Amino acid sequence: MSFVTRQPIDGAALLAQVADPGLGGTALFVGSVRRGKEDGPVEAIEYSAYETMLEEEFGRIVTEIRSRWREARVVGVHRLGRIPAGEISIAVAAAAPHRAEAFAACRHAIEEAKKRLPVWKKEIFQDGSEAWRDNESRLA
Amino acid sequence: MHFRDALSSSTTVTVTVRAFARYAEILGLEETTLELDEPATVSDAVKLLRSSIPNGSRLPERPLVAINREHVLAETPLQDGDELALLPPLAGG
Repeated sequence: MSFVTRQPIDGAALLAQVADPGLGGTALFVGSVRRGKEDGPVEAIEYSAYETMLEEEFGRIVTEIRSRWREARVVGVHRLGRIPAGEISIAVAAAAPHRAEAFAACRHAIEEAKKRLPVWKKEIFQDGSEAWRDNESRLA
Repeated sequence: MHFRDALSSSTTVTVTVRAFARYAEILGLEETTLELDEPATVSDAVKLLRSSIPNGSRLPERPLVAINREHVLAETPLQDGDELALLPPLAGG
């Protein structure tokens, strides 16, 4: 299954993918494009990626989760292209027998995704100007 | 484009270099090939890029890099045929 989409993300669809009668706890994390205000209102973010590596790296994260939380099921999807403020850019769902593992697995997936996925974003402001933005600091 | 170390005489490795996002903008290219004397590391490749490509000096001395779609450190040796990716600071999520 691909971890990349260019269509709007449906969180409920992810929940359905991990649903299992043996798994009593499910955590869903949804990240959206933030309007922000430091440099003016963000209209949208243009996401680009090293797609072949993104797929492989997300796969490695899922494999780590399966070895650490053996009964957990986890799925994730990252949207690329131009995403308007307020719409979902990434979603991760993790289901496990109990809530503690579900939260932990979901948290691991999103934290590792933010640290490791080869994805870049360019903020597009309401006045039409643009700026690269990374997860650590603001770029000049 | 193909960049080669001018003084090269011994066995060499040829790698495909891919640049993304801001680095692709800086270099004005998304892909090139690089030929280096063996043994060569990621760090040697970055040095050659910084000195041989127009605007190459605007790349950081130690950018985030991947070989064959896996994160690696600058000291990692290069093998012939590797895909070396220059990754600007990540911004996923």
